[in-house]
Amino acid sequence: MSDINPDLILDNSGLACPMPIIKTKKAVDGLQVGQILKMIATDPGSLPDVQAWVSKTGHELLKYETEGNKFIFYIRKAK
Amino acid sequence: MPEGKKRLAIICLHGSLDVAFATFVLATAGAAMEMETAVYFAFYGLEVLKKGKINKLKVSPLANPAMPVKIPNIIAMLPGMTAAATAMMKSWMKKSKVATLGELLDTARELGVRLIACQMSMDVMGIKKEDLIDGIEIGGAATFLEFASQDAITLTF
Repeated sequence: MSDINPDLILDNSGLACPMPIIKTKKAVDGLQVGQILKMIATDPGSLPDVQAWVSKTGHELLKYETEGNKFIFYIRKAK
Repeated sequence: MPEGKKRLAIICLHGSLDVAFATFVLATAGAAMEMETAVYFAFYGLEVLKKGKINKLKVSPLANPAMPVKIPNIIAMLPGMTAAATAMMKSWMKKSKVATLGELLDTARELGVRLIACQMSMDVMGIKKEDLIDGIEIGGAATFLEFASQDAITLTF
């Protein structure tokens, strides 16, 4: 359960690198500054990749959690 | 403000499945990282840009000791072995739900990755502009270096 209310949910389950990051970028591009994307992935590389992606792009990783085999990220568009 | 280089400049010199794959994974990831990305295709790399070729590139088992299934060179040289190795690699990629090269190429273009064909290689290899997929830039070494000289990481495949 989460106390964050996402504005958009993107399910990248089953997709391999680099698609989760690419779809995340496209989804965040479509948001307004301050809005939140909930991104779900099953790619085991998605945690380091999402961390690297926010570090490079300047968006904010608010929260990260796992649920079974799923990695769940809450990303706030920062600019 | 995020730090680091703002551009990704890639050179692709080989027209094989594995090399094209690495090229497009990094090019699309670079664009997703909001880096201005360009790929310069020269010599055998031009194969990747030929019309109808992107999903027909192959990987050779010959002199390739890192193939997951070990194939002695004396067998790898036989007709049909390259096709077999290619089919095997594609089936593994499909099983891992990795995007196809065609999908990665479309994604690269959608994200604004510049695809530049080397003019001199085209002349040497007798490749015409109409042999290549639409929307490719044609340029020389200076075109690539001008891009790469400004705040870029450069990768060569």
